[in-house]
Amino acid sequence: MLTTLVLSRVAASAAARGQRSTAVAWRNVTAARHSAYWWVLVSGFVEPLLYLLSIGVGVGALVGGFTLADGTRVSYAAYVAPAMIAASAMNGAVAETTMNFFGKMKYMRLYDSVIATPVAPFEIALGELLWALLRGAMYSVAFLVIMTAAGLTTPLRALATLPATVLVGLAFGGIGMVLGTLMRSWQDFDYIAVGQVAMFLFSGTFAPAEGYSLVPRIILELTPLYHGVALIRGLTTWSFDWSILGHVGYLVGVAWLGLSIAARRTGRMLCP
Amino acid sequence: MSEGEPLIEARRLVKRFGDFVAVDGIDVAVRAGEVFGFLGPNGAGKSSAMRMIGCISPPSGGSLRILGLDPVADGPAIRARLGVCPQRDSLDDDLTVIENLTVYARYFGLPRKIVRQRAAELLEFVRLSERALDRVEPLSGGMKRRLTIARALVNEPDIVLLDEPTTGLDPQARHLVWERLFRLKQRGVTQVITTHYMDEAEQLCDRLVVMDHGRIVAEGAPRDLIERFSTREVVELRFGDSPLESVIAKLDGVGQRLERLPDRILVYAEDGDTAAAEVQRRRLVPTSVLVRRSSLEDVFLHLTGRTLVD
Ligand SMILES: Nc1ncnc2c1ncn2[C@@H]1O[C@H](COP(=O)(O)OP(=O)(O)OP(=O)(O)O)[C@@H](O)[C@H]1O
Ligand SMILES: [Mg+2]
Repeated sequence: MLTTLVLSRVAASAAARGQRSTAVAWRNVTAARHSAYWWVLVSGFVEPLLYLLSIGVGVGALVGGFTLADGTRVSYAAYVAPAMIAASAMNGAVAETTMNFFGKMKYMRLYDSVIATPVAPFEIALGELLWALLRGAMYSVAFLVIMTAAGLTTPLRALATLPATVLVGLAFGGIGMVLGTLMRSWQDFDYIAVGQVAMFLFSGTFAPAEGYSLVPRIILELTPLYHGVALIRGLTTWSFDWSILGHVGYLVGVAWLGLSIAARRTGRMLCP
Repeated sequence: MSEGEPLIEARRLVKRFGDFVAVDGIDVAVRAGEVFGFLGPNGAGKSSAMRMIGCISPPSGGSLRILGLDPVADGPAIRARLGVCPQRDSLDDDLTVIENLTVYARYFGLPRKIVRQRAAELLEFVRLSERALDRVEPLSGGMKRRLTIARALVNEPDIVLLDEPTTGLDPQARHLVWERLFRLKQRGVTQVITTHYMDEAEQLCDRLVVMDHGRIVAEGAPRDLIERFSTREVVELRFGDSPLESVIAKLDGVGQRLERLPDRILVYAEDGDTAAAEVQRRRLVPTSVLVRRSSLEDVFLHLTGRTLVD
């Protein structure tokens, strides 16, 4: 009796938290409907697509085919494409949670009025992350459709890949949100951009990580994008083993850590 | 919460920022249906007090209970029943006028159908219905303020907190806001208002505290405070460029009390005209003489030796 009461309380409060986080995300959907924002959204998707075309297809013609760890032979474009999805999930989540989150918090002072409602800082962080995921998922869907159409993966594999792209977005959203609360000025975003480009170029995107010597390889395997690329590539090419669970675990861990730190920092910044 | 218990009750409430004490042990009790004011100059600690009452800034000391609940433990439950109009309009420039209400209402978990209806009613209430679909950015200061007030009402709050509701507005816009706040009062909505305009405090507040340097220096109904700390009338004397020190010596004994400001001398007296006549009799020739009723400004001047609006 008592436990049911307690459980139903917990459930009710979780539902309320969910509802309030969704309300925060909903604000962004409403705002996006008006503005030139859609073009910003589109640009985040076009960039990796151009890379796929120039490097995947262009360079791929020179490289020829590619043999994966488990012996599966794939075209170079099929090798690069999943990395581009991972990168676009990263870009979407990071842009939304660093730049936009920082801008909303510090310049628009958007949350100053939100914290006066029942919405808690943690729910603001969660809501923004939800929105970042939504944005990332839109990129991923578009990309997977293109890949399927181009014969770089199959519809079923594409479907299995989608949740993995969301997980990559979640991990980068968590990190991005912590960075967003650490930013002092717009200049700091240059550092983030450099970090993103470095990850984009070296996380087993265009060439396998096995090619590097030990130290760079260890550093590389610590980056979340490396795990994101490995996870998504495993799914689109359907060549994975148990190690894929390691990638999933790593990304979940990063996402959880990022979100909990971000929530604490957001609370401290908004409620002095 | 028992009947008759104050909706807001603060005891020895303190807010510190590092070593700096912004609110220094204030006692406040606000009853249901009351319009309560914090009057004070810049930096007095009004907004800091309001933010603690609004459960967005944890108290550094003392006790605070709102609607019978504890702000630290029950923040969300309390905020669900508060309406807040912050000092700075924090409207969402990316949204339209009506979306500013509907999006905000969802933070309270209100169902969509109710939200739409209530948003339309509130726009009507603050006379912004024609602008419903416009962007917020180009609205005038007064319109933005009214929209912020409407937004504060979207959850039908038990208590509305208004931090300087009319600062920066032209007289016409101020009167419109005052009139709307008065209507709210008639509906029985409890209001807490901060201001550094004494006319606003006199117009709106049933009871108020005068704050200075984080402390409460006086408390009471506006008329009571004026009676207690000032005379019925005041004569304002200006003497152009002549130094006021020499003049004030000659005014000794006129009225009950004299106050010298940088640009004028105030003579506090029960009967202003008699005092003005006495000034004439002493052969002083002010460039202007103004007899007026005493206001909260005079109370403040008396209590702190400074003017409210500098
Ligand atoms: N977050 C903060 N960190 C540090 N100091 C603060 C903070 N908020 C307010 N203060 C300080 O506390 C004091 C009181 O500020 P507060 O905003 O409460 O005054 P106020 O009475 O509302 O003034 P005003 O009429 O200018 O709005 C000021 O000296 C201010 O600088
Ligand atoms: Mg203030």
